[in-house]
Amino acid sequence: MIFQALAFYLFALVAVGSAVMVISSRNPVHAVLFLILTFFNAAALFILMGAEFLGMILVIVYVGAVAVMFLFVVMMLDINFAELRQGFLRYLPIGAVVGLVLLAELLVVLGGWTFAPDASASVQSPAPGLEQVTNTRALGLLIYTHYLFLFQGAGIILLIAMIGAIVLTLRRREGARRQDIAAQVARRPADSVEVRKVPSGRGV
Amino acid sequence: MAELWATLIWPVLWTAIKIVIIVGPLMLAIAYLTFVERKVIAAMHLRKGPNVVGPFGLLQPMADGLKLLLKETVVPSRANRSVFVIAPMITFILALVAWAVIPFGEGLVLANINVGILYLFAISSLGVYGIVMAGWASNSKYAFLGGLRSAAQMVSYEVSMGFVIITVLLCVGSLNLSDIVLAQKGSWGLFNWYVFPLLPMAVIFFVSTLAETNRHPFDLPEAEAELVSGYNVEYSSMTFALFFLGEYGNMILMSAMTSVLFLGGWLPPFDVVPLNWIPGPIWFALKIAACLFVFLWVRATLPRYRYDQLMRLGWKVFLPISLVAVVVVSGFLVASGMAPGAR
Repeated sequence: MIFQALAFYLFALVAVGSAVMVISSRNPVHAVLFLILTFFNAAALFILMGAEFLGMILVIVYVGAVAVMFLFVVMMLDINFAELRQGFLRYLPIGAVVGLVLLAELLVVLGGWTFAPDASASVQSPAPGLEQVTNTRALGLLIYTHYLFLFQGAGIILLIAMIGAIVLTLRRREGARRQDIAAQVARRPADSVEVRKVPSGRGV
Repeated sequence: MAELWATLIWPVLWTAIKIVIIVGPLMLAIAYLTFVERKVIAAMHLRKGPNVVGPFGLLQPMADGLKLLLKETVVPSRANRSVFVIAPMITFILALVAWAVIPFGEGLVLANINVGILYLFAISSLGVYGIVMAGWASNSKYAFLGGLRSAAQMVSYEVSMGFVIITVLLCVGSLNLSDIVLAQKGSWGLFNWYVFPLLPMAVIFFVSTLAETNRHPFDLPEAEAELVSGYNVEYSSMTFALFFLGEYGNMILMSAMTSVLFLGGWLPPFDVVPLNWIPGPIWFALKIAACLFVFLWVRATLPRYRYDQLMRLGWKVFLPISLVAVVVVSGFLVASGMAPGAR
């Protein structure tokens, strides 16, 4: 038990600390690297709570794919750090208001837990407890059995977003040479090679 | 005090001992993989390979390691110092931590977690960070180009690898690596291994592991002909050695993953008397060695892919095939009533 508590405080501290570094570090690449560290610690917290499937998926999807693309883009950008700092005070009030609203919402949710401890029992069709099924199966039951249509709807929305992004950025460039593998494979020696007898000193 | 010993200190100590038992032979295997690679390729080229240091050149890896250890670590003047030093460490550590979930035999596993295969997949998808960070922190054109290529390549091949793993998981019904091996146990011996029913998937998986470990014919991040050697140009001494060890460690890890998913892990080919006397870890090591031999064979045989062809193979060939395979395999399992969850 004491080990779990120690691990929790370690991961929570590192997560909060690196989250602060994400917004305060001067170099944007360092900021992304700290963001990755934050993701990592969040995944570790998931695992501590017994949600190992979610923790692993967080690492695979966010750290393994999304953050790589992020890093990729940030490294390619030529950013003027001084310019980035400008207008920090001007945008501070808006950011503070957004932060306060989020904090208030969190307080309402957590306050609800404290004032009405049995509120979580009234949730519609909760997942079966961890003592009955494994984590992965519980999540599968919830997503693919109880809420299949909502899940499919979310998938369709993502698909449409993807198609939209492709349509917006796709352009056919004139004169670009593309490799046509089928045409290359279908080529016969007779189509492409011609054997000629060249008389010496005359050329073709 | 006695309670503290029993509940906290002894478990930690015992785990540390087990980690040493796994990592020690692993480091030796990595060192000798470099030697075997040179010998095997030399044999395929009709050369002799390293044969001067020690009998048959057997001490060559030690000599190489000592040489790298004694060299000077050079940090380029405008490099990003902290990231530059952390990058090789990440590569090396990731190549080691993945071994925590690999089952060497029935019950012979450091951490028998329920989502073992996801853990392996997550760790292998993190490997890209060492390379990208090294490329960026070196503040050098060639290293940066190598890092960018590697980022795009590893992310692309991971997708089809994920779908291949899903087809295996559909047949097993569990994400636990020991369960995956035990599901391949049957009266038909080696014909129960998934390499036969899922042969196209096994081939796609193996080719994707070649791309994931930046090996030939997909070693574009370190294409020496065009990028002088890619992401690790600016590295010297131990920092370079860590990249090197990490790459070879990843090769062994990917071979182990192939063995667990498709070659029946620690199971003997047939459960008959002389074969099942040999303990499981030895069968597992033999299968890993066979996969590694194919890694080296490919390197000695095939020319390097062009970059656009590499991307085409990943996104336009492997991804559609593996996607269709997920649908076909799950459809077949449901239709034939062989799906593991149907019981």
